[in-house]
Amino acid sequence: MTLATRIIPCLDVANGRVVKGINFLNLVDAGDPVEMATIYSAEGADEITFLDITASSEGRGTTLDVVRKTADSVFIPLTVGGGISSISDVNQLLRAGADKVSVNTAAIKNPILINEISERFGSQVLVISIDARRGRTASGFEVTTHGGRTSTGIDALTWIEECVSRGVGEILLNSMDMDGTRAGYDLELIRKVRQVSPIPIIASGGAGDIDDFGRAIESGADALLAASVFHFGIYRINQIKSDLHRKGFTVRAVESMSEN
Amino acid sequence: MIAILDYGSGNLRSAQRACEETGQQVIVTSDYEIALRADGLVVPGVGAFGACMAGLREVKGDALIHQRIKEKKKVLGICVGMQILFQSSAEAFSGNEPLGIGVFPGRVTKLSAPITPQIGWNTVSAPADSTLFKGIDKERFYFVHSYAATEKVPNALNAEAEYGSRFLAAVESETVTAVQFHPEKSGRAGLQLIRNWSEAL
Repeated sequence: MTLATRIIPCLDVANGRVVKGINFLNLVDAGDPVEMATIYSAEGADEITFLDITASSEGRGTTLDVVRKTADSVFIPLTVGGGISSISDVNQLLRAGADKVSVNTAAIKNPILINEISERFGSQVLVISIDARRGRTASGFEVTTHGGRTSTGIDALTWIEECVSRGVGEILLNSMDMDGTRAGYDLELIRKVRQVSPIPIIASGGAGDIDDFGRAIESGADALLAASVFHFGIYRINQIKSDLHRKGFTVRAVESMSEN
Repeated sequence: MIAILDYGSGNLRSAQRACEETGQQVIVTSDYEIALRADGLVVPGVGAFGACMAGLREVKGDALIHQRIKEKKKVLGICVGMQILFQSSAEAFSGNEPLGIGVFPGRVTKLSAPITPQIGWNTVSAPADSTLFKGIDKERFYFVHSYAATEKVPNALNAEAEYGSRFLAAVESETVTAVQFHPEKSGRAGLQLIRNWSEAL
């Protein structure tokens, strides 16, 4: 395979500002998502994800503005998630410059939304975001909402198969057991999902050590998302990529790093 | 002036901004006359092949592309905007195999890879005499697609990429250029490619 594994930083945005901890020395404005996206792009990010955690509708308008400004200056793919529940939400985001949208709770409540989005805009714009946690369902992993606090009783693998048949293009697989632990991606979860998924998997939740990234690729991830390790400056994106390259994984080269 | 043909939904803003980086004036339009007069026409395209063709016909985009070719005015098709230039696609639409514009011979088929869509950055083997890829060496481009053309287009420069098997990543003919990847989302390499195309306008 010649396709490179993607490294994707995720920025939590509320009311147009980045809300999780940011620890960069040379930032003019540490809360500006556009500036953060620009820096990550220059460091070799293969894609940027914004997760809109704004509660109010006024704040959502601000998010569209952030998407617009980012798409105007950062020429890599941009995925936006959080609170998307209608065709109109998707259309507005795509028109503002988003390339993909990720849908979570709204799809669980109303699975037909998946069909509607993929028929109208194509599978390739639709990422299903799944907050999976160990539970008593058939595969041992269940789908949760509200950041892992609420059980749905739905089996994660069953849900993934349904999403794929309804036309989803990609899976953002968040491990609620590993999220925030920095103890590594949930390799068992990734392996199980890989067995049933014919579409790309973005692994998320738990990245902490530099070796975690390669392990997730070996378990079947097509892309690796991380937030805090990048935001707190524990690792830089080009550092992760150089390390993966050295270990024999295929990544998109960044400056000063030859692929060959 | 570069016109970006607006014939449906999707992210046109990035294509517009990337084209503006060349210093050219850029307009997003669905107006036949404006799109015909422009020095360069960009035909983007996301979603299903059949849906794109339906949207394209609504703004007379099929006639527009044929007319521009007749007048030797350059056209750049991106992603599904490349695919619709071929004769047909295996991507069923309303139960039928949809027809394309037929500027290029051959059929668009499903990628034969275990994981589709192909989403991500892949390498492209471009011919040495390519204008489009001039100054771009060993760079990756961003792809998002499940279908692609595979038969080389005669009397044109064909660049191939591999995902499961080989497919056409780009075609350069006298007037029509087409890329399966998204140059507007491919960082510096993509901007260079758009600059190379626009310099020949």
